[in-house]
Amino acid sequence: MIFDWPYAWEILPRLAEGLVVTLQATILGMTVALSLGLALALARRSRYRLLAWPTGALVEFIRSTPLLVQIYFLFYVLPDTGVRLSPLATGVLALGLHYAAYCSEVYRAGLESVPKGQWDAAIALNLGRWRMMKDVIVPQAIPPVVPALGNYLIAMFKDTPLLSAITVLEMLQVAKLAGAESFRYIEPLTLVGVVFLLLSLVSAAGVRWVEGRLRLEG
Amino acid sequence: MNELILLLLRGLAVTVELTVVAAALAIIIALSAGLARMSRRRAMAWSAAVYIEVFRGTSALVQLFWFYFVLPFFGIEVSAFTAGTLVLALNTGAYGAEVVRGAVLAVPRGQLDASAALNLNRLQTLWRIVLPQAFPAMLPPAGNLAIELMKNSALVSLITITELTFAAQLLRAETLRSAEIFGLVLVLYFAVALLITAGVRLLERRASHGLERGGA
Repeated sequence: MIFDWPYAWEILPRLAEGLVVTLQATILGMTVALSLGLALALARRSRYRLLAWPTGALVEFIRSTPLLVQIYFLFYVLPDTGVRLSPLATGVLALGLHYAAYCSEVYRAGLESVPKGQWDAAIALNLGRWRMMKDVIVPQAIPPVVPALGNYLIAMFKDTPLLSAITVLEMLQVAKLAGAESFRYIEPLTLVGVVFLLLSLVSAAGVRWVEGRLRLEG
Repeated sequence: MNELILLLLRGLAVTVELTVVAAALAIIIALSAGLARMSRRRAMAWSAAVYIEVFRGTSALVQLFWFYFVLPFFGIEVSAFTAGTLVLALNTGAYGAEVVRGAVLAVPRGQLDASAALNLNRLQTLWRIVLPQAFPAMLPPAGNLAIELMKNSALVSLITITELTFAAQLLRAETLRSAEIFGLVLVLYFAVALLITAGVRLLERRASHGLERGGA
């Protein structure tokens, strides 16, 4: 059986609609991951053991368990607790949480790479802890880790098809539906694979470019 | 209730089986593709590069559906279990190939010159000199990949393999006790991850014996 180009052409607009949802989920999920990840990284470094230790345990737990099960957990358990979210919102939350755990480790490396003199200087200037982090440490900790965060953005993008398991109409789900209607899976699934490959390669090149720029400046 | 727990444990056994079989395959694939990628033969290096980029650049779930739904159109009928194991192995193997390549490239050039001076042929150099020294550096990233593989094995529930996640879905449909079931399943996965971590640590300590560099 050969690749049916007219049929592939015909389903392209639908797949494009799915791609929009995929990109939405990625961008929103990454926004959650970047902000929550920083909060987790700071909490893990906190002087208060009662905050630092459980945060560390939570991060390890989230990193070591499957994203798909985490998605199901939120999808089925949140409504039981009275929180009603759309499947897409649930998916974004799950992606955000999962990758926040990964991002927090990246931030942690960034925070640790800020020279000790900077911390000492901030203390010598009598800055409060909040201002020290906000104005001195975090602005220096983030730029070196941007490429690593970029790699997690790409990884999250490739994980968005998991949202099809909770009925989100992202690209893979659209392809599966199209395949089920026509009994032809070659075209939709191959197209989805190609789109993922192209976008991943382009984004990976983007990350390498940023990395090169950082090295030049650094 | 006991029957239900039994269902989960049976699912866990399938998850472990999938992970072990796919990991063994992935090691072979990673070594072959990683070494082929560095080959002097253009065609070989190029095909390895294409394999690595395609499997790293597309989503694991898309690969799984492609193998499960598209291959039959080419007359290749594979069972869900075979498709699942194969995709998990190929996906992890692509990431592993880069680990192999990085570790091999990190072996000092002097070792190669010394092997040439000792008149070892290419295979002997690879097997007796390069790989034993590269091995300790491969272990920590390989451990991470093993955990990724174990986590990815949950995806095969979507092509109807009754592993842990699928068993949890069945249980949930029957009892509607979502929080307990999925909470317990997460803990089970976490326990397997801890076991993998402990196992890799043990290997690391052994492999770095007598080496001055690399490893732990």
